[in-house]
Amino acid sequence: MAKKKEVSQRGAIHYYLQSTSGIVGAVLLLFMIVVSICAAMGWLPHNPLDQNVDNLLHAPSSKFWFGTDDFGRDVFSRTLDGMRRSLTVSITAVSLAAIVGITLGILGGYLGKWFDMVITRVSDVFFAFPAILLALAIVASLGNAWYETSLAIAIVYTPIFIRVARGPVLSVKEMDYIKVSRILGFSSPRILIKHILPNVFAPIVVQIALSLSWAILTESGLSFLGLGTQPPNASLGLMVSDAQPLAAFAWWTLVFPSLFITIVVVGLNLVGDGLRDALDPARRSS
Amino acid sequence: MQGISTLRRLFFSSTFIRIASAITTLFGISIFVFLVLRVIPGNTITGAFGIETGALNPQQIAELRHYYGIDQPMIMQYFSWISSFLSGNFGYSYATGRSVFALTKVALPVTIELAFIGTILGVIMGIAIGMFSARKPGSFRDFGGQLFGLLALAIPGFVLSTAIVTIMANKFHYFPNSLEYMAPWKDPWMNFQQMMFPGLVLGIAVAAPVMRTTRSALLETIDKDFVRTALGKGVPARKVQFKHVLRNSLIPIVTMTGIQFGYLLGGAVIVEKIFAMPGMGRQVLEAITRREYATVQSSVMVFAIMFVTINILTDLVYRRVDPRIK
Repeated sequence: MAKKKEVSQRGAIHYYLQSTSGIVGAVLLLFMIVVSICAAMGWLPHNPLDQNVDNLLHAPSSKFWFGTDDFGRDVFSRTLDGMRRSLTVSITAVSLAAIVGITLGILGGYLGKWFDMVITRVSDVFFAFPAILLALAIVASLGNAWYETSLAIAIVYTPIFIRVARGPVLSVKEMDYIKVSRILGFSSPRILIKHILPNVFAPIVVQIALSLSWAILTESGLSFLGLGTQPPNASLGLMVSDAQPLAAFAWWTLVFPSLFITIVVVGLNLVGDGLRDALDPARRSS
Repeated sequence: MQGISTLRRLFFSSTFIRIASAITTLFGISIFVFLVLRVIPGNTITGAFGIETGALNPQQIAELRHYYGIDQPMIMQYFSWISSFLSGNFGYSYATGRSVFALTKVALPVTIELAFIGTILGVIMGIAIGMFSARKPGSFRDFGGQLFGLLALAIPGFVLSTAIVTIMANKFHYFPNSLEYMAPWKDPWMNFQQMMFPGLVLGIAVAAPVMRTTRSALLETIDKDFVRTALGKGVPARKVQFKHVLRNSLIPIVTMTGIQFGYLLGGAVIVEKIFAMPGMGRQVLEAITRREYATVQSSVMVFAIMFVTINILTDLVYRRVDPRIK
C-alpha cells in the first residue's frame, strides 16, 4: 500500500517535470519566493522606506538598480518588499479560503440535505459579485491592515474552493467502494479523510495555484485604489498608482513594479497548467 | 385541465426555476450587503458630520439616530432599506446633494456601454487569436497566441491603463478622457474616443480566457468524425472551419464570455477611475472613500443585480446555441 502510493506520487512529479510551462512557471515562482524571503530577512541594498533628497528620481544605475522614486527611495528595495507583502497577503488569504472552502465543500457534498443547501445558497450569493467589488466592500467595512485585506480576499475566494471540492465528492460518494465502506461500518470521518479527500486533491491543488494568482491581482488592485497597503509602506499596486504622474519622465517607477506583478502571475498560471497536466491522467497523452 | 398543465409546465420549466433561484440569490445578496456595511466602525452620523460628531451632545445624537432611523432594530432597518430600494429610493448622497437614484441613472449607462464595448472587443480578439492558435497546435504561431493569452491574463488592468494613459498623453498629446465625459447621444464621436482605450483594456482582459477556451474547444472539435467527413466529401476547409468547427465550439465560448462579462464589471471599477469615466465603478469607489454608506449599499446592489441578470442571460443564450440542452 505504502509503496504503491510512493510510485504514484513520483509519477506526478515526473509528469510535472515533463511539462515546459510547469518548469518555467516553477522557476519564475521560485525566483519571486526567494526575492520575498530576502526582503523579509531585510537583505536589501537599501531600506525601502529611507528617503534620500539627494537622489530624487535617479535613473537605474549600479547604486540604485531600479532607480529611485520621487522621494528618493530605492525602487529595487521597494519592489522586493512589495512582492513580499503581496505574497504574504495572498498566501494567507488563499490558505484560509482553501481550508474553510474545502472543509465546507466536502462536508456539504458528503452530508447533503439542508447543510449542503445552505452552503450552496450562501456561495451563490458570493458568486454574484465581481471579485474586486466584493473585496472592496469588505475592506471598506473591515479596514486595510494586511490581515484585513487577507480576510477580505479569503472571503471572496472561499466559494470557489467550496465548489471545486464539492463537485468530485458528489460523484465519488455514489461509487461502490464508498457504499461498501459504509456498509462495513467505517466511520464518516474515516471515509471522508481516507477515501474522499484523495479524490478532490488534484483539482484543489490546481485551484490553489490559480487562486493565488487572482489573489495577487486583487491585492495589488486594492492597493492601487488606495484601499490596501497604506503609504509609506511599499506595495506593488500602490507603487504603480504613485508612478502615474511620474511615468512619463521616470519610466522605471512604473515598469519594475508592473513587471514583478506580471511575472509572478504568469509564473502561478504556468504552475497551474503544469499541475493540471501532471495530476490529470487524461491529459498526459501529449 | 389544459390551463393547469400549461401552468405546471411553466412552473417546472428550467427558465422559471433559474429565475426563481436568481431572486433568492438577490435576496441573500441584499442581506449580505446590508450586514457588511453595518459592521463598519462609525455610522451614518460620523459619516455625515465627520470630526464634528464629537461636538454633538447625547441628546442631539439620539435625535440624529432617530432621524436616520438607526435607533430601530436591525431587522426593521433592513426592511425599511430594501422596501425603499425596491421602490426606487436608493438613498441620498450628501457630498453631491443628489439622490443616489439620480446618480445611478447617469452612471449606469456609462458602465453598461463600457462593458459592452469591452466584451465585443474581447470576444473578437479572443476568438480570432484562438482560431489563429488552434490552426497549427504546437507551432510558433500557436506559441505566440498562447503567450498573448498568458500576458493578457497576467498584466493587471491598472498597469495597462496607466501605461496607455502615459504614452498617449505624453508622447502623442492625445487624451480624450481629460475632457468632460460626453454621452453617446450628445457627441457620439467624442464618446467613441473616450470609450476606446478603457474598452480596449477591458477587452484584453476578456480576450485572454476567451482565447484559451476557443483554442481548446476548437482543438477538441477538429478531431470529431463529422469534421473529417465534411472535409472528406470536399467541403472547402474555410467553410468547415467556420460552419462546422466554430459553430460546434460556441457553447464553451458563450459560457466563458458570460462569466467574463460579469468580471468585467469588476474591472470597470479600476478602469473607470484611471480614465475618469463617470460610471458605477467610480460611484462606488468615491462613496467608499467618502464613507457614504447609503450610496455604497445601493450601488453594490445595482452591480449584483446586473451580474445576476447577465448570468441568466448567458444561460438563456446557452440553451439557444445548444438545442441539446432542454
